[in-house]
Amino acid sequence: MRALRVLLRKEFLQIRRDPTILRLLFVMPFVQLVLLANAASFEVKESRLWVVDQDRTTLSAGLVERLRGTGRFIVVGSSVRQEDGNAALMTGHANAIVAIPAGFAREIQQTRRGTVQLAFNAEDGAQAGVASSYATEIVSRYGAELGAQLLPQALGGADRDRPVRGVPRLDVHRRYWFNPALEYRWYMVPGILVQLVTIGGTFMSALNIVREKEAGTLDQLNVTPINRTTFIAAKLIPFWLIGIVQLTVGLLVAVAVFRIPIEGSLALVYGAAALYLVAALAVGLWVSSVAETQQQAVFVAFSLLMVYILMSGLFTPIRSMPDWAQDLAFLNPLMHFIALMRGVMLKGANAVDVLPRLAALAVGAGVLMAAAVWRYRKGAA
Amino acid sequence: MRQALIALRAFIVKEFQHILRDRQTLIILLGLPVAQLTLFGYALRTDVRDIRLAYVAEAPDAATAALRTRFARNGRFTMVDLAPGPGALAEAFQADRADVAVIVAPGLADRLRDGRAAEVQVIADASDPNTGATMQAHVLAVLTAWQRDLPPRVGGVNIEPRVRMLFNPTLESVNLFVPGLIALILTIVTALMTAISLSREKERGTLEVLLVSPLHPWQVIVGKVAPYLLLAFVNVVSVLVAAWLVFGVPFRGSLVTLMAGSTLYALVGLSLGVVIAAITSSQLTAMLAALIGTMMPSTLLSGMIFPIESMPAPLQVLANIVPARWFIEISRSVMLKGAGWAELWPQFAILSGMFALLITLAIRRFSVRLD
Repeated sequence: MRALRVLLRKEFLQIRRDPTILRLLFVMPFVQLVLLANAASFEVKESRLWVVDQDRTTLSAGLVERLRGTGRFIVVGSSVRQEDGNAALMTGHANAIVAIPAGFAREIQQTRRGTVQLAFNAEDGAQAGVASSYATEIVSRYGAELGAQLLPQALGGADRDRPVRGVPRLDVHRRYWFNPALEYRWYMVPGILVQLVTIGGTFMSALNIVREKEAGTLDQLNVTPINRTTFIAAKLIPFWLIGIVQLTVGLLVAVAVFRIPIEGSLALVYGAAALYLVAALAVGLWVSSVAETQQQAVFVAFSLLMVYILMSGLFTPIRSMPDWAQDLAFLNPLMHFIALMRGVMLKGANAVDVLPRLAALAVGAGVLMAAAVWRYRKGAA
Repeated sequence: MRQALIALRAFIVKEFQHILRDRQTLIILLGLPVAQLTLFGYALRTDVRDIRLAYVAEAPDAATAALRTRFARNGRFTMVDLAPGPGALAEAFQADRADVAVIVAPGLADRLRDGRAAEVQVIADASDPNTGATMQAHVLAVLTAWQRDLPPRVGGVNIEPRVRMLFNPTLESVNLFVPGLIALILTIVTALMTAISLSREKERGTLEVLLVSPLHPWQVIVGKVAPYLLLAFVNVVSVLVAAWLVFGVPFRGSLVTLMAGSTLYALVGLSLGVVIAAITSSQLTAMLAALIGTMMPSTLLSGMIFPIESMPAPLQVLANIVPARWFIEISRSVMLKGAGWAELWPQFAILSGMFALLITLAIRRFSVRLD
């Protein structure tokens, strides 16, 4: 125990003396949060619409007006020829085309039916899907509206939002729970906090131990009577504390700068973080035992973290992955911690809701740490 | 000049042997990209499959049953039963048992028969706004289609929207991400590796020796960088083959345009690596600078994962100086849209400008060290 205390003092002194590490620990959370939270957004913006109106009647102009009126579409150009629209889509000037064929109005007045062509640049399928759902909804509403206008008993020009008599239609109200303004930052920030803690715990601890290896001080320690578990504990405890501090700094920034609501209990957040950090440090320790040089350590840690982060649900939803990838992700403590943070912070999930996640974190931390310590001792023997 | 070229050739050969001797690095350099592409190509997807839908009819009738059947048969939805009572939906969202709810107000059948509007609420768990909005869109598509199929009343007007999805008809996100991944992999091989290997030589003092040798600074740089350029080239080919074989990503444009773009981008990456090595003092700082200075922007500010249009204005401006952004525009446009020089010359011009700027900077930095 005394040995541990002495070693811990040494470690803290060393960390304090190294300005880069401290800078990385406290400046990075800030920069990363601000940069990532703003860059990482799938927010669906209004589509740039190209209009090909070959009908040029009040009815066709009315449809374009409806599309524009929702604020979902900005008209960036129009032409009579379809080819011009296609070219605009090719260069990226526009990302949607509405084409109204000649005779559109006449056909509606005679047969009460009409067609319009909608084309989307679907490179980004998700954005195109959302845009197309808005457009088709607007088109059918317009049909209902026209039906009311053309009806003899219609009461003048019915406006879009008034229920129209005589036409069966659904009045759909959209609601977005837990994030009514669809603020992408709210969703990203809890995840980024986790990523920060991970980089701190895994990267920094791995580098720190390997640096001693390279300098030869590790061998010196190995011939002292200090037992290895004490030594590992002394190495990891400071980084565990740093991780908790980082999380705190990050949470403060999240609340002060991003105004993120924290719906659930902070105790739950910290409890999960305490468990998760053990897992992150275990990975760092493992990296340090396989790497001989700092360069190798950075490389191995970086490759691991990349897989780790990209398969954690931070950027893209886990449920979009193929089944085997979902199974792999299930073994990733980062995945569980991110899901837990989002559930607790945004939805106010309680301990019962996230119990499976907590259990997974505890098991992951235990298994990883045991494996890393075993590997480390084997390497040092 | 001839003398210089002979010296340069000998030097490049030596550098090559250097890299070839280090088997581990070589395996990492050649194997990792394909492994990464395969892994991320599968993992990085935003398609919304299998939406867990809670369907609640407050007063069930024939019409609500018909609408429920529409959802159940769609194939995209898994129907979830909700416990009765308020708070049940919030609970289902919190425990992550449902994604979206459709709540139909009483009297659906009667209202539709009388030609009145019937109320439907669509509630999404929007804690993930993107998935939430996409799910809403899928639910809405079903509702809109169902409404269009209702027997039209006398005087009703039915406008049928015919939707075409261009360049990616199946809407698979893999087609969007794979061209982006090529950029990321090239960045790792070029910028990161060059920065690390050059700064290692700086630390060991071997670079100083070279700089005082009869070789010119530019020859030193070319000699150091040439092997990586070749490696990058091999990587591009292997990654493209994997993209085509494993993911079936379409190749609508010309391979020549794509290779030209890749080579140009690799050159930009290499010169960036040299600049990073020149301005940092130790291997470790070089590595961290390369990670933070090249990897982060290449993944986050390049449009690889997140659309640049969704970012706030200052970041959109910042994204312009990220080389990966321009290369991703090239690779996506060539592969998905079949675009060619006519559309892509601005991107090529920008990348060429960046290369010229960086290589000048790199050579000057290294020449200064001699004084």
